[in-house]
Amino acid sequence: MTPELGQLALILAMLLALAQGVLPLVGAWRGNRALMAVARPAAAGQAVFVAMAFGLLVWAFLRFDFSVQYVADNSNLALPWYYRIAAVWGAHEGSMLLWVLILNVWTVALAAFSRQLPEAFLARVLGVLGIVAVGFLAFIIFTSNPFARLLPMPPDGGDLNPVLQDPGMTFHPPVLYMGYVGFSVAFAFSIAALLGGSLEQGWVRWARPWTNAAWAFLTCGIVAGSWWAYAELGWGGWWFWDPVENASFMPWLVGVALIHAQAVTEKRGSLRAWTILLSIFAFSLSLLGTFLVRSGVLTSVHAFASDPRRGLYILAFLAIVIGGSLLLYAVRAPKVAGGKAFALLSRETVILIANLMFTVAAAMVLLGTLFPLIGDALHLGKISVGPPYFGFLFPLLMLPVVLLLPFGPFLRWGKSEAGPLKSVLLRVTVAAVACAIVAAFFVQGQARAIAGVAAAVWSGVGTLLYVYKRWREMPRGRRYPAEMAGMLLAHFGLGVFLVGVLLSESLSVTRDVRMAPGDTQTVGTYTFRFDGVHATRGPNWHAEQGTVTVLQDGRTIDVMHPQKRTYPRGQVQTESAIDPGVTRDLYVALGEPMDPNNLEGAWALRLYAKPFVRWIWGGGLFMMLGGFVAAADRRFRAGRAPAKVAVEPVLPAKESRA
Amino acid sequence: MNPTRKRRLIIVLLVLAAAVVAVGLTVFALQQNMNYLFTPSQVRSGQAEAYKTFRLGGMVKAGSIQRSGKSLQVGFTVVDADGAMPVEYTGILPDLFRDNQSVIATGHMDGDHFVATEVLAKHDETYMPKELKDAMEKAHHGGKAVAASGMPQ
Repeated sequence: MTPELGQLALILAMLLALAQGVLPLVGAWRGNRALMAVARPAAAGQAVFVAMAFGLLVWAFLRFDFSVQYVADNSNLALPWYYRIAAVWGAHEGSMLLWVLILNVWTVALAAFSRQLPEAFLARVLGVLGIVAVGFLAFIIFTSNPFARLLPMPPDGGDLNPVLQDPGMTFHPPVLYMGYVGFSVAFAFSIAALLGGSLEQGWVRWARPWTNAAWAFLTCGIVAGSWWAYAELGWGGWWFWDPVENASFMPWLVGVALIHAQAVTEKRGSLRAWTILLSIFAFSLSLLGTFLVRSGVLTSVHAFASDPRRGLYILAFLAIVIGGSLLLYAVRAPKVAGGKAFALLSRETVILIANLMFTVAAAMVLLGTLFPLIGDALHLGKISVGPPYFGFLFPLLMLPVVLLLPFGPFLRWGKSEAGPLKSVLLRVTVAAVACAIVAAFFVQGQARAIAGVAAAVWSGVGTLLYVYKRWREMPRGRRYPAEMAGMLLAHFGLGVFLVGVLLSESLSVTRDVRMAPGDTQTVGTYTFRFDGVHATRGPNWHAEQGTVTVLQDGRTIDVMHPQKRTYPRGQVQTESAIDPGVTRDLYVALGEPMDPNNLEGAWALRLYAKPFVRWIWGGGLFMMLGGFVAAADRRFRAGRAPAKVAVEPVLPAKESRA
Repeated sequence: MNPTRKRRLIIVLLVLAAAVVAVGLTVFALQQNMNYLFTPSQVRSGQAEAYKTFRLGGMVKAGSIQRSGKSLQVGFTVVDADGAMPVEYTGILPDLFRDNQSVIATGHMDGDHFVATEVLAKHDETYMPKELKDAMEKAHHGGKAVAASGMPQ
């Protein structure tokens, strides 16, 4: 009975979403306050029913209700309860439901915290979000029903994909979706601004905290995904330019451009149309990403579904959302354009250059990701684009961004003097060169590692110089407003990230070796001793577990236990063992037995020593923190002026020159 | 020139310069890194000759996996409906690698055998990557669907 209730809840939610999507927009257009007032209660009602549907699906998993097809496919009696909850979003249908749930979380938050917004504007924003919800709910109801029955009911279910049975998996998709879906808020603001024309120009300020928060969630989701790939999937790699990773990375890149463009638009009024275009891109790429991952058009470990009806629906939905919003943009953008002129040497210029780089990088990733589809459509044969394509182009595109990073905060809006920049240039150059020379002695002339140290010091010291300048020049309490602190944290995070990427990529030592019990291998300054393999078991798997003792200078520093797990349906999953550290990770993965009939004998092992690899995720976490801190700035909450007040937000002169 | 026009000119020039550089580099990088997928019979019929590095797709022939006694070197044969290709690889094979598993190996030809630098077997035995299934159907004369049982064993 409960699955049918879930189905019913979804249908009711869709009807409410329809009301939320249509009536307020008509109301805002006609100036009918009664219709505009529908937005809030309709959104709340939709959220209640979606939450109910989601809760019922969780309940079905917890109660082992194998009469539900989706539950039977993705869980079994031996699966622990926490993985049964994670299994809710472990495949296509449930992850779509999670998407809608999170859309409702954002919508309700927006409705609750935006009481100061002009009535018509808020009605339009909620209306746009309602239309998006209708699209997704119809997709679930008509093509991907998670509550479909399976009769007769099987005594036991299948299994959750073993690569998804990891603590990271319980965490990664919801956070990632918070980011994806969060961009729908920025999108709704932009569409509302286009619909409203020139009447409400303060909208960018209202959109900023939401965009920053969404971007921070997306950052967190990508970091978690990368960590999960490192520990669980990838034999020690942290990024593969896999279509699915790219799917989350494209909106992230456009998101970086968007939050900077929003800052320009809010403070100076310029780049307004560009900001709107970016928020359309960010959301379109989020949609594309969601569907790319789940529709199975691209061969990837993450792809679950392959149903032509879904593909068709997705294509139509994307065409309506992207085509419709771009059409609206083409018609209305000239009405919202404007703003102050800026000189060549100004903060606007630097942000614009970085914006272009990030946008082009996103386009480059998009091309590489979709190229197999393009090649297929044009009958060029079965083509794939290898990681070196991305690995070659991406650093090139990011180089100008890293080089300009220290100067951004020092530049003034509008027009800047060259004088102060020269001293910044001198200091960061001296610091970077000095550290590079010192580093050269430690890394034995590895060019990429030296470049990594130099680039990291360049951006890190550049950021710290600005921190120092504010400390010296501003009175206590006004030194670091949250918005600025967030920016500095994120910029500093880039430096940390660069250390991680360039040092771990260039200095890592990998050994694929054959080891019999008692054999030793030396990796860098570490000696790995293989002490054999024995059998072990967990709640729903059995495994061969290796014992590897790591020695340094004759001292035992760790005993590691990599596993080769076998799950009920015969899927095999490698569980690596990691000895973490701030300056290095040791990583051991069990390959295969050399002789399948003699498990006690020799095995293939992969041994890694990865210096500074943790800094990659550390840098990402700094960026995430920056996003959240900036979103929390009081100015975004307190300073919400009524719509009629000026293009220029109220800003003390000093602040805007800083 | 008034400031607005000057600003617009700068923006247009920046966009143009970035576009030219980006397109040039992208075309270059794509040319270097496009990997075509061929099945053993397509390679045998000479379709892969123009490419130094390509991807070889097919099924692992049952009983063909042979390990060296000393190192991590392993040899196996990849087959499609009409052809077979011996493959040589040194390293750790993926978890799902086994007899009758569909695999995609990236590498190059060395004489009459294929030397792989990477071997992927991402899907369980009931599911074949779509692009590989298409390629195998295309390679098989008449384009009939290829079932695992129809393979030369």
